[in-house]
Amino acid sequence: MNLRRDVFQAIADPTRRAILLLVASQSLTAGAIAANFDTARPTVSKHLQILTECELLQQEQTGREIHYHINAKKMKEVADFIEPFRQMWDERFNKLEALMKNYKPKK
Amino acid sequence: MELKTKVSAEDGKHDLVITREFDLPVELVFRAFTESELIEQWMGNKVLNFEAKKYGSWHFEKTDDKGNVVFAADGVIHEFIPNKKMTRTFEMYNTPFGVQLEVTEFEPLTEDTSRINIHTIYESIAQRDQVLKLPFTQGINWAHNQLEKFMSKFK
Repeated sequence: MNLRRDVFQAIADPTRRAILLLVASQSLTAGAIAANFDTARPTVSKHLQILTECELLQQEQTGREIHYHINAKKMKEVADFIEPFRQMWDERFNKLEALMKNYKPKK
Repeated sequence: MELKTKVSAEDGKHDLVITREFDLPVELVFRAFTESELIEQWMGNKVLNFEAKKYGSWHFEKTDDKGNVVFAADGVIHEFIPNKKMTRTFEMYNTPFGVQLEVTEFEPLTEDTSRINIHTIYESIAQRDQVLKLPFTQGINWAHNQLEKFMSKFK
């Protein structure tokens, strides 16, 4: 089970929300992001990893450095509060579709 | 990519519309909505009662691992036209969401595809918005709990 893929988990944490706000204005390296927090560097790395896995952040290699920048498309999805409601129904209907395919008459 | 399930909820209105296209003939989608053992499988609820007819009543329930009821809802079917339309009321127990009126229309597109249109009308705008926000709020709460568990490993 990969719990970290859930975007709502990603934004539920105050440090991660702060990271998103920080990176929203400019792309930054992990070091530059960590410098803004009192939290230990490995903890910040973990947060970055979770945000990247949720696709809220994207990594970009520039020379030897990796810059993090925000994925606007994914952020928009989260900002839309109807999206989880839609996803809930989408998942149910996907199940319905898979289930009822078994009842299709054979041709 | 075109989304298969769409939700339309305009600001300041007390209704919403869910539409979905299926790679299934309309008869099979109608069966999935109106046969107890099928409803149970895709909705994830126990169906205590479902009288598939005009003036029939229905009653769903969901329990957790310990047998506690975590969700229960019931209502009455007001209109039942096989493969075309079902109108019913929907009321969730122990919630402030009131009674909803749910009009589901089933429409064949081709021999093997179909579309449903669920129009849900709430008693008030506030109730509709609360229901819409439910999975969002649950998502956040669930995330908080999981996050605490998860992050405690790194303490």
